[in-house]
Amino acid sequence: MIASIAALLILQLVGTIIIRLTGLPLPGPVVGMLLLFAYLLWRGVTPRPFEATARALLQNLALLFVPAGVGIVTYLKAVADQWLALSITLIASAVISLVVTGFVLHALMPRAERG
Amino acid sequence: MDSLTEIWVYLEEQPLLWLTVTVGIFWVCQQLYRVAGEFPLLNPVLVSVTAIVLLLLATGTPYDEYFDGAQFISFLLGPATVALAVPLAAEAATLKRLWLPIAVALTVGSATAIGSALAIGVALGVRGEMLLSMLPKSVTTPIAMGISDQIGGSPSLTAVFVILTGIVGAAVGIPLLKVLGLRDPVAKGFALGVASHGIGTARAFEHSSRAGAFSGLAMGLNGALTALLIPILVWLFGL
Repeated sequence: MIASIAALLILQLVGTIIIRLTGLPLPGPVVGMLLLFAYLLWRGVTPRPFEATARALLQNLALLFVPAGVGIVTYLKAVADQWLALSITLIASAVISLVVTGFVLHALMPRAERG
Repeated sequence: MDSLTEIWVYLEEQPLLWLTVTVGIFWVCQQLYRVAGEFPLLNPVLVSVTAIVLLLLATGTPYDEYFDGAQFISFLLGPATVALAVPLAAEAATLKRLWLPIAVALTVGSATAIGSALAIGVALGVRGEMLLSMLPKSVTTPIAMGISDQIGGSPSLTAVFVILTGIVGAAVGIPLLKVLGLRDPVAKGFALGVASHGIGTARAFEHSSRAGAFSGLAMGLNGALTALLIPILVWLFGL
């Protein structure tokens, strides 16, 4: 597990350094993800312990967003005036984009691929 | 009584307090959600964020002090993002077969996410900085804040809209698509990732590893595409 965590951190670090050097408008961890993806494709198989660590992190991904979510507390006043218009817009836009994306992909998928 | 106050004062200065509160509240919310048969309004992120916000307001705790402790949880988002490559690599064969449907769904979905926010926002009287800050709300926070800054929005307002959009998608996404008859984990996951980034992806992973893989892919691709589309849109409409 330690080796897997070290590998994830190193990839994040390398991704961050690449962003620093190139000025690409992407977050460092996303570049780290692309590097890992390329490596896993090249290697052809994901080592077991590595898979277990990734699964443990991703199964609990929701928790990791809570501290940033609580940051809303700082901006309650700024959005208070227009809260209704903003809420309606955000909810409607999320619902519309979910439905449109899901059904476009479903419609274009060959019948045999649909699970 | 004095010793109790002392303990509180001591704990307040330790990162341990808010770290424990965050993990503890989230755990309780997750149990509640399961017991309630995954009722959308009891989404664990939604309920635990609300509970912690109320707790901070009730105890007069500034967010910075809270984050001193909670940052250890936030920090794991980096390695978790890198780890998204693992389920994605497992889906490499599907990805190769479906690249064209995925590219089309991504483009349509990305434009819909931005365009619907623009149209509905304008119709409801949202203008100026507030409107611009809302446009990148469907993509992951660091990319969204960068776009917002570039087009003259407020990055911190954008962060709020991003979080709220993520929570909406995570709460309603799967039941909504199921009611509409969409059962395919690839399409469901991809839609969650396009519409509601990482928080949607977290929800997709709770559904299945396959849905999670395509949600993570959608989140990454949509982040890049949105960063291209929004500046063009802003220029076209003279926003």
